[in-house]
Formats: sequence, C-alpha cells, structure tokens
Amino acid sequence: MNAIKRILGIVWIGIGLYAGYYLFINQALPMWGKGGTDLVPAIIYTFILAPIIAGGMSILGYYALSGEYDEK
Amino acid sequence: MSEKKQSLAYIIGASSVGTLIEWYDFYIFGSLATVIATKFFPPDNPTAAFLSTLATFAAGFVVRPFGALFFGRLGDLIGRKYTFMVTLILMGGATFLIGCIPSYETIGFMAPILVLLLRFLQGLALGGEYGGAATYVAEHSPAEKRGFWTSWIQTTATIGLFVSLLVIMVTRNTLGTEAFNDWGWRVPFWVSLVMVGVSFIIRRNMHESPLFAKAKAEGKTSANPLKESFGNKYNFKFVLLALFGATMGQGVVWYTGQFYALSFLQKICNVEDNQVNVIIALGLLLGTPFFVIFASLSDKIGRKGIMLAGMLLAIICYRPIFEKIYQTTNLKNKQEIVANTKVDVKRELAPKSEVDSLITTTTTKEYTDGTKYKEVKKVTILADASKEAPKPDVKKVVTINNSDRNTLVLMVFVLLLFVTMAYGPIAAFLVEMFPTRIRYSSMSLPYHIGNGVFGGLMPAIATYLATRAKDMNDAAEKAGEAIVNTQPYLEGLWYPIILAGVSFVIGLLYIKEDKNAND
Repeated sequence: MNAIKRILGIVWIGIGLYAGYYLFINQALPMWGKGGTDLVPAIIYTFILAPIIAGGMSILGYYALSGEYDEK
Repeated sequence: MSEKKQSLAYIIGASSVGTLIEWYDFYIFGSLATVIATKFFPPDNPTAAFLSTLATFAAGFVVRPFGALFFGRLGDLIGRKYTFMVTLILMGGATFLIGCIPSYETIGFMAPILVLLLRFLQGLALGGEYGGAATYVAEHSPAEKRGFWTSWIQTTATIGLFVSLLVIMVTRNTLGTEAFNDWGWRVPFWVSLVMVGVSFIIRRNMHESPLFAKAKAEGKTSANPLKESFGNKYNFKFVLLALFGATMGQGVVWYTGQFYALSFLQKICNVEDNQVNVIIALGLLLGTPFFVIFASLSDKIGRKGIMLAGMLLAIICYRPIFEKIYQTTNLKNKQEIVANTKVDVKRELAPKSEVDSLITTTTTKEYTDGTKYKEVKKVTILADASKEAPKPDVKKVVTINNSDRNTLVLMVFVLLLFVTMAYGPIAAFLVEMFPTRIRYSSMSLPYHIGNGVFGGLMPAIATYLATRAKDMNDAAEKAGEAIVNTQPYLEGLWYPIILAGVSFVIGLLYIKEDKNAND
C-alpha cells in the first residue's frame, strides 16, 4: 500500500500541474484578453484556483512520493 | 436531564443558532442572485449581469479562506468565543447594509462596488464563523458522541438556506412579485439585523471552550498558530489531506446538491421561481435530519467511510439524476393542447426612445398533464437600420404539475442524501485531525477552500461548461455538422464529478482515521 501511495504521488503532481496549466492557459488567458465581465473569473482562475490546485496538489504529490503519508 | 447535559444542549443550541443566522445572511444573496443582478449591474445585458452576480457570489466564497486565516489565528490566540462574536456582528452588519444600497440606476457604479465590498465582508465573517463554531462545539462534546453533537452545526448551512428561501417566498407572496422585484427583495436582508441581535445576546452569556481554557491556563496555546499550522511540515501535510482528501469533494457535493440543483431548475429547466423554491425547500426539509443520522452513525462506524460513500454515490448518480430532472420538465415529452395556445403581439415605442420600436410577443401553451408554458420575447427594431439591434430578450417560464413537482422533490432529496453523508461527519472529522493549540486555524482553512473556493465556484463553472457545450452545438448546427454533445445541459456536472473523484481516491488511500489522536 505504501508503494501505491508513493507512486500515486507522481499522478497528483501531474494532475496539479496540468490543471493549473489548463486553468491559466486555456481558460484564464482568453478571458484576460476579452476583458469586461470575463475579468472576474480570469482573476479567480489566475490568482486563486490555479495556484491552489497546482501548488497544493503538487506539494501533496511530493509528500506522497517522499513517503510522508506512509503507514509506519 | 442532568445539569451537564442541559448545559451542553444550551451550548450546542446557542452555537448553532448563531451559525445558522450567518449561513442565512450569506445565502439570501445567492438565493436572490437573479433579482440582484438586474439592480446592481448594468441592466442592458441580463446574462452578463447574472454571471457577474454569480462571480460576486463566488467572490464572497473565494474570500472565505482569508477569513479563515484571520479569524482562525485570532481564535487560537485569544479564544473561540470572542472571535465568533466578532464574526457574527461583522456578518449581520454587512448583510443589513446590502439591503440598504441604492440601485445602479440611482448611484451608478458605486452600487456594484458597494455590493462587492460588503460581499467580501460577508465572506470574511463566514470564514471565521464555521471553524469557530465547529471547534467550540466539538471541544465541549464527549469524544464518543462528537459526531452527534457537531452534526447540529452541520445542519445549520442547509437550514440557513431553507430559511432564506422561506423568508424570500413569504416576502414575495406577501408583497406581490412586482413590489418584491422593485424593493421587497431588500426585506430579507433587513430581517437579518433582528436575528443577529438575538443571537448576539444568546452568545454573550456563553463560556470559553474548556479545552482551550485549559490549554491557555497550562501555557500550551500557540504563539503563532498560522506558522505552526502551515509552516510546519507535519501539520501542513494533514491540512493538504483534509483539503484534497475530504473538503474538496465534500464541498462540490454540497453545492451541486443544493445550489446547482436550484440554478439548474431555474436556468436550464426554466421552472417558475416560486415552484423552484418550494421544491428545493421541501427537499431540504426532508433531507436535513440525515445530517444528524449519518454523523451519529459515524460515531459508531467511523467518519471516513460515510464521507467517501457520499462522494462515490454522487459521482455515480449525478448524471442520471440531473437527466431525470431535465426530462421531467422537458416540454418535448409532453402533449400540447394546441387549441389553448395563445400568441399575443404588442408593438410599442422602445423605452427611452421616440423612434425605435419594441415588439413583445407573449406565447402561452398548455399541456395535457397540467403543465403550463409562457414565453415573453422582446425584440427591439431600430429606426436606423444601419445600427446593430440589441439581442432579443427571451424569458421562458414553465409551471409544472404536482406530480412532476413531487418527482423533482424526490430527486433533490436524493441529492441531499449524498450531501448529508459527505458533510454530516466532517466537522468532527476535521476537529479530530488537529491538536487544540492550532485547531481553529488548521481546520478552517481546508474547510473554506474546499467549500468556499471549489464548492462556491461550482455554479459559475458548471453554468459556463453547460453554456459552452450548447454554443458548440449551435455552431455545429449552423455549419450543417452533427452536434457534438447530445446532453449539453449535463456538461456542468463534470466539474463536481472529477473533483469528488480525486477526493475519493486521495481520501480512500491516504486518510487514516484516529478519532482520539488529538484529544
């Protein structure tokens, strides 16, 4: 089980980075370009959602990979 | 009942009432999003105004984690009781003032700015309230009944939503729809001041949490709870687990089962507003006792299994349930009484113009099962043909029959069961994850990110996904191509399904439950 947890750490890092990329590049950037009411979701995606998902999942994945969640 | 139990019941009651009122304050804004959109945002584009309001609603949610940090720190430094007295006053004041802001037509862009500012304050207050109340109640409860006692706090969000819908319905029915849309929508905001006043008086007489008082007396409180919670690797890894393995999934399940169900019925199924409020209110009423039932069960069989089961059932059942909701109200499944169809066309001068015309076409239809349909289409014809005319304004309202209403109540009830499973035990679960000295800070942040950010953004993101799918279909049809998506109205559900799925796997594999680890 500890091995599965560690291996999945790579998956969480991947999900976090991809989700952050998708939210910023595919969603937020076009909204920045449009302006108007699109600025509100652009701000939320860029400064709140993308960093939390990318940063949080990546750190969780790193901890998993380095055995921090292993059962002793 | 013994003195100790009476005291505990009073503590639970006093904490829960205050939290309920704060949820009510927060939710009347969301429940009135459609009406508020036309008051505070530029009125010439209702869709933009609606989305802007949703974003404002989301802004109120996005700010909650900051409130969690600020008030969580305060609560771990000076105590739980005084901190959530402050949050109560802040929420009540901001809510009352929202009801006092003049409309955009009166004060221009100051109106949406003031609304946004007060919405931020609401979000900050709520960010501090829930963690304080849950921690306060849990720290008074005996360990073997922590789930049961904290479940009363867990009911407050749903009851707060129910009360908000009830107050709106009563106000609307008393004043009439026109007066309500004109000024009566302010009444639910003003009512908050009285409710907050009563709660303040009740809470003023409460004592500090015994566990915190003991920790303070022994010099075991934290000098820097935020640093200890989030700057310390050992604690921070549990904060991440609490977020991605529990509250993220629970948050999207909560908002899908309640708020998205409400906006799905209103915006996609076009069911009449009052009927939607009744359907949601009945579903909430039937489902609310299950918060206590599942949380009590978690005292016996563990919290994790019930929470994850709620997420898994939601993942599997969302698409079939929302498809059932959609088809129940779908006019294509009904038999029209053609002889009763009426079309009324009125031509008049467009508002604020002496040359442009406004053509209003009102179509009413009746169906054999008692369903009624009304469509009001307003088309502006400009005298100057070279200018681009505004888009037609189309309002559709479906009034459903009792049988369909009962079906929809059942669907909402089932959605709420998933909510009660995921949310009922989570207060006790989060409290048990962290030690007393950093509990308020550590549990508040993942709770409000999971619910405030991931959950709060759910209606806006889901509406965007569904609209995008429909636009792609429309573009394909115009180009003579096959449509891309046969169920565009369900596309919004991918957001909660994916997030709850990730939480389910992380929670299943990584969370190890130990109810007594931090006693």
